[in-house]
Amino acid sequence: MNAIQIEDLTKYYGKTRGIEHISLTIRRGAFYGFIGPNGAGKSTTIRTLLGLIRPSGGRAWILGMDTVREREKILARVGYLPSEVSFYPGMRVRDILKLSADLRRRDCGEMSGRLCERLQLDTARRADELSLGNRKKAAIVCALQHEPELLIFDEPTSGLDPLMQREFFEILKERNKEGATVFLSSHVLSEIQHNCTDAAIIKDGRILTEGSVAELSGTGTKRVHIRGSVDCTSLTDCSSLTGLKDLHVTPGHVDFLYRGDMNALLRVLSGGDIQDFTVAEPDLEEVFLHFYERGGGGI
Amino acid sequence: MTIFKHELRQGKTALLIWTAAIAFLLMVCVLIFPEMQGDMDAAGDLFASMGSFTAAFGMDRLNFGTLTGFYAVECGNILGLGGAFFASLAGVSMLSKEEKENTAEFLLTHPVSRVRVVTEKLAALLTEITAMNLAILALSLLSMRLIKESIPWKEIMLLHGAYFLLQLELAGVCFGLSAFLHRGSAGAGIGLAAAMYFLNLIANMTEQAKFLKLITPFGYCDGADLIAAGRLNAGYTAVGMLFACVGIAAAYWKYGGKDIP
Repeated sequence: MNAIQIEDLTKYYGKTRGIEHISLTIRRGAFYGFIGPNGAGKSTTIRTLLGLIRPSGGRAWILGMDTVREREKILARVGYLPSEVSFYPGMRVRDILKLSADLRRRDCGEMSGRLCERLQLDTARRADELSLGNRKKAAIVCALQHEPELLIFDEPTSGLDPLMQREFFEILKERNKEGATVFLSSHVLSEIQHNCTDAAIIKDGRILTEGSVAELSGTGTKRVHIRGSVDCTSLTDCSSLTGLKDLHVTPGHVDFLYRGDMNALLRVLSGGDIQDFTVAEPDLEEVFLHFYERGGGGI
Repeated sequence: MTIFKHELRQGKTALLIWTAAIAFLLMVCVLIFPEMQGDMDAAGDLFASMGSFTAAFGMDRLNFGTLTGFYAVECGNILGLGGAFFASLAGVSMLSKEEKENTAEFLLTHPVSRVRVVTEKLAALLTEITAMNLAILALSLLSMRLIKESIPWKEIMLLHGAYFLLQLELAGVCFGLSAFLHRGSAGAGIGLAAAMYFLNLIANMTEQAKFLKLITPFGYCDGADLIAAGRLNAGYTAVGMLFACVGIAAAYWKYGGKDIP
């Protein structure tokens, strides 16, 4: 059974596009990143999965249960962190955590205490006096204190300082090791690359690509940077250099993505005047920018 | 009952303020009644000569010199308007405030059905209105004891019962509205209550506008009509309760399938 299965999910707000024909499968135990800039459809996808909004088309299942018909059963086993956290005015953090536990008909006191200690959250403070970061911490405790099987986090690190971000991901990794599935949306690509095993990129409400982070970052493709001069026509015209893309030439510099026979590349480059030469794995940011700035089409 | 208890805690301050304000004003009116009683004959003549204005407030059919007549007019203005404003405000914000304050996402991502949310919020609303009316009734009766007047039980219970129904009707209708609104709902609640009050004043002024009593809940709460008939107008009350039920049904229907932005 998959943790999340989405088939052809579509949401329109009137005539405005939210998401279109999204299909994704997230296996149990995955640490899954959902990448896209603001307005791409990340939150709409998540809110549709959680039953906050009704899909215009398609279906989705969480832990094998239909997201429309079995919403309450799903939510009992899911921990959700929204991108923008709001609490009831006048309530103290401990009252909010207690309310959240009561709504789940669970006694989460012990786990809540441990999480508050790790995240250095003062539970005596009023929610409306909290900084963005502390509100986020309170929401993280709400999402984790009942030890859910699936964690759905929407832009989880906004407002958290770097130390807290590290502690937060430590907690997520521990939960993931214990068997929980993590699904987090973000536009901070480094946190996806460093923490997630799998990822999908969403653009204009559609999934552009998905796969393991290693595949997405690498896929056998290398970023080649040359300092010096190379006959660029020999690069582009050489029939043996298949898989050369994204060529940028500036005086003294040549830069491109290459996915092909390295020997063939070296033979062509040996005809040039090269002072320095680097071959590196493209990072996820490069993959992302490739899709967003250059129209996608596989790296 | 978590949502029910949470709602009562959230609404506690507003409930106390409204209850204290209405009860205080009612008590002051009752406590000054003995002093005013002597001047009431002259005042009654004055009130009776104000034409449509007299009819609008039912002062042509009530004897201001008696506690019942005095209380019917005062009660109508203080408990009627105050209670209507409270019930409308509480009703119209009950569901919409979750979206206005961005807490709907917190609430609805817990394993609670939307039917449960609506039911427990409705129960909290009805509990608040009932508690407010019982407290006001008790304090009002206490003030009558303090001025050593015999309590006109039947009339008092009839007036308070009618205003309780009025509040239930407005709360029910506004609760339904609440499911459709996202933010800025207070104006809608206050506006509706005020409009209903003025519709009744118009209905009292002319026979041609009598049909308005079918629309406004103040139609079956008119002190002069209640004291004269000794009972509620069954037709107007039934229509009013029907409006309340339609409002509540609309809340269940709309909130059940509503997108939370």
